[in-house]
Amino acid sequence: MSGNAALGEAAVLAGCTCYFGYPITPQNELTEHMAKRVPETGGVFIQSESEIAAINMVLGASVAGARAMTSSSSPGISLKQEGISYLAADELPAVIVNMVRGGPGMGNISPAQSDYLQATRGGGHGDYKTIVLAPASVQELADLVPVAFDLADEYRNPVIILGDGMLGQMMEPVSFDNIKPKKDYPKDYILTGAKGRPSRMIRSLLFDTKEEEEHNWKLYRKYQRMEQNEVRYETFLIDDAEMIIIAYGIAARIAKGAIKRLRQENLKVGMIRPITVWPFPMKVIQETAQQVSDFFVFEMSTGQLIEDVKLALNGKGHIHFYGRPGGVIPTPVELSRIVSRHCYQAAHRRKK
Amino acid sequence: MKPVYTRPKSLKEAHFHYCPGCGHGIINRLIAEVVDEMELRDTIICVAPAGCGMLLYNYFDIDTLESAHGRGAAVATGIKRARPENLVFSYQGDGDLAAIGTAEGFHAANRGELITVIFVNNGVYGMTGGQMAPTTLHKQVTTTTPLGRDSRLAGHPVKICEVFALLEGTSYLERVAVNKPSAIIKAKKAIAKAFQHQLKGTGFSLVEILSPCPTNWKMGTVESCKWIDDVMSKQFPLGVIKEVPC
Repeated sequence: MSGNAALGEAAVLAGCTCYFGYPITPQNELTEHMAKRVPETGGVFIQSESEIAAINMVLGASVAGARAMTSSSSPGISLKQEGISYLAADELPAVIVNMVRGGPGMGNISPAQSDYLQATRGGGHGDYKTIVLAPASVQELADLVPVAFDLADEYRNPVIILGDGMLGQMMEPVSFDNIKPKKDYPKDYILTGAKGRPSRMIRSLLFDTKEEEEHNWKLYRKYQRMEQNEVRYETFLIDDAEMIIIAYGIAARIAKGAIKRLRQENLKVGMIRPITVWPFPMKVIQETAQQVSDFFVFEMSTGQLIEDVKLALNGKGHIHFYGRPGGVIPTPVELSRIVSRHCYQAAHRRKK
Repeated sequence: MKPVYTRPKSLKEAHFHYCPGCGHGIINRLIAEVVDEMELRDTIICVAPAGCGMLLYNYFDIDTLESAHGRGAAVATGIKRARPENLVFSYQGDGDLAAIGTAEGFHAANRGELITVIFVNNGVYGMTGGQMAPTTLHKQVTTTTPLGRDSRLAGHPVKICEVFALLEGTSYLERVAVNKPSAIIKAKKAIAKAFQHQLKGTGFSLVEILSPCPTNWKMGTVESCKWIDDVMSKQFPLGVIKEVPC
């Protein structure tokens, strides 16, 4: 099954009853899957007139109490940022999928990781954050979809699934057995008509600056809770490692292939793979930096993830970097050659 | 003694902030009266706009969401599709519906979404200080058309009802005004009619309301009401623009 279709099926099984989307490559298989499957389960599918309309339909469905999702790829995600900011401000749950492609501008339709900073820094206007899940396989994509919906409901906040064109379009076996029936979350904020209760008002306009400030701090405290409780990562062969690759998503998959080759050359290379790129797994990197001095950031951009690694290391250790932007897909062989060179250089430096 | 005129139950005990002579207060009240009379308070959901009308959530005692500027029809679509049992309306100004949110309004209308748009046309951007709106009349002076709207440079007044009438998804489109008692009575009937169309599921309904903005028109309140009759309604003719059987 393609990653896009698997994602859609997982969303349906996780209780997504409202999907709104606009065509853009490389995520069309998801929209097409939802066009078929969501109405079959009695839900709502609309092919909207734009990405802006789609995210606002998501907002409407969310405020009406539904599990709602939209998906797009980089240029379309830029258009959705207004709505994501409103979702965060209004504290409404939603899942937004970004199958990243090469950019900026129209770019191309090839896989890329160049929306990392947009995804992890809020992306739209104002002081807000979204949880960002970055799967590295079709199975993990399917597994993380219900997690995304649950986190969105738990924190009443938009959650981003950050994939890329390769993850979306590659075919792999996938099982949906892990998906449990959706939990019940208190929906005491949704709009249903004010029957037998005072009317409710959901808004983000707070003219009183003190009220707006308090709202900002309230959101900030929520984001702190996410940072404490929701960090997810995978470590791979780090116990004896002298060089730690840090990579996420499809780049981590490539890195795993490279590490297997490097290990055959007796180069002690391991990997820390952030699964949540926000909140970022700072602590495990900091702890690893007690034993290891060399960190190798690998990403399919000119260098965005590297900023978080630098923040985590805070001047400690040595950071190496290899990036391929523009939709280029590096091979494990190519990466292993680069990492290998850096390993020898680092060993030489350490001897000195 | 039987009271003949009281505050509608769907309006909170609050004073309107609107400028003297503004039409929003009248329109807010008319909606609340219709909600009471049709007993809709338990099921109605309002989508508030950006602009002067946004503060209606301080007045309406009904479930309300404030939408981003221009996105009211898309948000209302999401609510209505998720909760078809509710009556959903968006309240939008001319900049909101006829400029930044044209795509959302047009396509909601074209899909025949079972929502109602209350479209307040006062020919200017009110809250931001009286800039040219898509509905500003030919030669009308605003802060961004200091020499009057020159259609060669700034286009023509947009007639939303007439444009939407061409779309097969629309079922009820009427243009009314709130500049005199007889017009206000008609406006109230139009709002009720639009809600009836939504309840019957005939299609997308919209009531365009010509509304005075004396502050930004730089006119007196009486003069503003007269200007709607003498000038504005010549460009925007009043009446039912389209109605399918309900």
